[in-house]
Amino acid sequence: MLNFRDHPKARWFGIALIAMALLMLPFVIASAGTAWVRVMNLAILYIMLSLGLNIVVGFAGLLDLGYIAFYAVGAYTYALLASPHFGLHLPFWVILPIGALVAAVFGILLGAPTLKLRGDYLAIVTLGFGEIVRIFLNNLSTPINITNGPQGISRIDPFSFGSFSFAKPETIFGLVFSGPIKYYYLLLVVVIAVIFINLRLQNSRIGRAWEAIREDEVAARAMGIDTTRIKLLAFAMGASFGGVAGGMFSAIQGFISPESFVLVESVMVLSMVILGGMGNIWGVVLGAVLLSFIPSFLRYTVGPLQMWLFGHMVIEPEVIRMLVFGFVLVLVMVLRPGGIWPSAVRRRELAPSEDGARG
Amino acid sequence: MEGVDRAEHSVTRPALPAPFKRMDIFIQQLINGITVGAVYAMVALGYTMVFGIIQLINVAHGEVVMIGAMVAFTIINALSSSGLPPLFIVAIATACAIPVCMFLGFAMERVAYRPLRTAPRLASLITAIGVSIILQHFALIIWSRNPLAFPQIIEIDSFHIGEATITNVQLAIIGISTAIMAALAWLVYRTRLGAAMRATAQNAPIAGLMGIDANHVIAMTFVIGAGLAAVAGVMVASYYGIAHYTMGANLGLKAFCAAVLGGIGNLPGAMLGGVLLGIVEALGAGYIGDLTNNVFGSNYQDVFAFIVLILVLVFRPSGLLGERVGDRA
Repeated sequence: MLNFRDHPKARWFGIALIAMALLMLPFVIASAGTAWVRVMNLAILYIMLSLGLNIVVGFAGLLDLGYIAFYAVGAYTYALLASPHFGLHLPFWVILPIGALVAAVFGILLGAPTLKLRGDYLAIVTLGFGEIVRIFLNNLSTPINITNGPQGISRIDPFSFGSFSFAKPETIFGLVFSGPIKYYYLLLVVVIAVIFINLRLQNSRIGRAWEAIREDEVAARAMGIDTTRIKLLAFAMGASFGGVAGGMFSAIQGFISPESFVLVESVMVLSMVILGGMGNIWGVVLGAVLLSFIPSFLRYTVGPLQMWLFGHMVIEPEVIRMLVFGFVLVLVMVLRPGGIWPSAVRRRELAPSEDGARG
Repeated sequence: MEGVDRAEHSVTRPALPAPFKRMDIFIQQLINGITVGAVYAMVALGYTMVFGIIQLINVAHGEVVMIGAMVAFTIINALSSSGLPPLFIVAIATACAIPVCMFLGFAMERVAYRPLRTAPRLASLITAIGVSIILQHFALIIWSRNPLAFPQIIEIDSFHIGEATITNVQLAIIGISTAIMAALAWLVYRTRLGAAMRATAQNAPIAGLMGIDANHVIAMTFVIGAGLAAVAGVMVASYYGIAHYTMGANLGLKAFCAAVLGGIGNLPGAMLGGVLLGIVEALGAGYIGDLTNNVFGSNYQDVFAFIVLILVLVFRPSGLLGERVGDRA
């Protein structure tokens, strides 16, 4: 295999090529319809979410089934501070950090009482936490109307710098930059930053501490790792990525309601992390991209196919999508527990010479 | 009729805040709570037995309950115009739901969980989530995404206890689940299979050395749990009069909370936990409005189970009746 580290020129060339491709991508996709650009933007949001969850699940080994709650917190933070609902219209660069911070606080709120728990117990408690957040979002419309209940919050401000708004199309050098395309570039910058942070985190002191906790918490503590602090940090950091992604989701959609933050969404993000390969950043990115294109892919293939075969819709694409997620979870775990692109550590773990029971 | 006496006393007692003066409301909530709690207990037993033996939280257990209710729904619908006595129809429906669920439990264990028995525990939990999603959406395909009105063919009679009422359905639910739980206790504590189950739960390798076929015992545990789930499904659907493909998820989650509350892996604990959780929920939903001046209403009912779960896990991870679980929690 060609090792790019030994060929710096080839490496830079490769990076330049990928960068070019990523810059051109929205225009290529836009030719198939602006809807696909939106799908792509959503995919990038899912990459961010998966990377955030990957910190908690992949790095630190804490199974979190309520992750979407942080996405919800970020989304509602943005929606409340930039919509006619309270009449507040703060600029997005102020709100996104606030959203990240609020989500991090929620992460710690969840993490603190569950520090002693492990594995499956933790999973169920986090699941409960996610549900509690959703129930509150649904019901906090009385007596003071905070979340507007099931109707959700609409007319959320799009991102804007002064008079430059991300929602309006613009023509620069003869190229039409539609709203979704502008968002794409913004999302691309943010997601690259997120990936970069994750890569740096993985090999940092903190990243190694997470890995140590995942492998053996007692041993990690014996080596002098402050497990309490490090676990809370994992929850807080994972949550803050979710919060940022939520804020951007809010702005791009312009409308949010508790419906968007159901348990199924948590499971979906988890499927992405697991399909790609828990703990491997590039694997997770791959998993997120693959699974987030599935709904649209199914809508354009399975739907028409059924119409053509039976004359009517037998199984809705939405249902097939969920079945795909279910089978991904089961099949990946049974057949290829490391995911399609396992992290180096998992590869070592899963290699033969296994003598059974671990963990 | 002790309740009646106390109800009269409490009216004259000034110390209690207003909502608690109504003893009849309290008793009514208690009856409703015990009914739902009996169902929780039946489902919780399934969780606790599986957990006791292979330390797996079978998240898909709730879906088995749902499938049980759905199968019964189909049978009752098909037979409701046949002129057979209603009780007999419900009995047939339950008798059909039980083997279907048992097979489902067996298949689930064989296909999804057995290959992962030596894998890290998170792996089997994730698989269980997958199984649960698959079951839910197959049910959606078969029985549609709409809530189904569960046929109320048994005429409802009410009996009065003071001002509170208890219906024959509630009585039946409480009675049947008590009987089934007694039968289960007999099975686990008095039969060979039960002894094998307990031995495997305590130490699987040693039980194997004693000639116990662990695979068989584990499969039987799933089958028995699924049978209980089927009955619970029929009961809960006839109580609320509704069946829906997502009903299992919520119910399963609460039953799991009940199992943890009682001490997971502990059979009497699951029964106690189920009934207690039912009561906490009913009383909580009944009084939260009064206690918080209607800032929170009964729409927060579903939150109680989770709050109980978190409190138990934080303050007493071994549950009310559980032994020390050490590393587990």
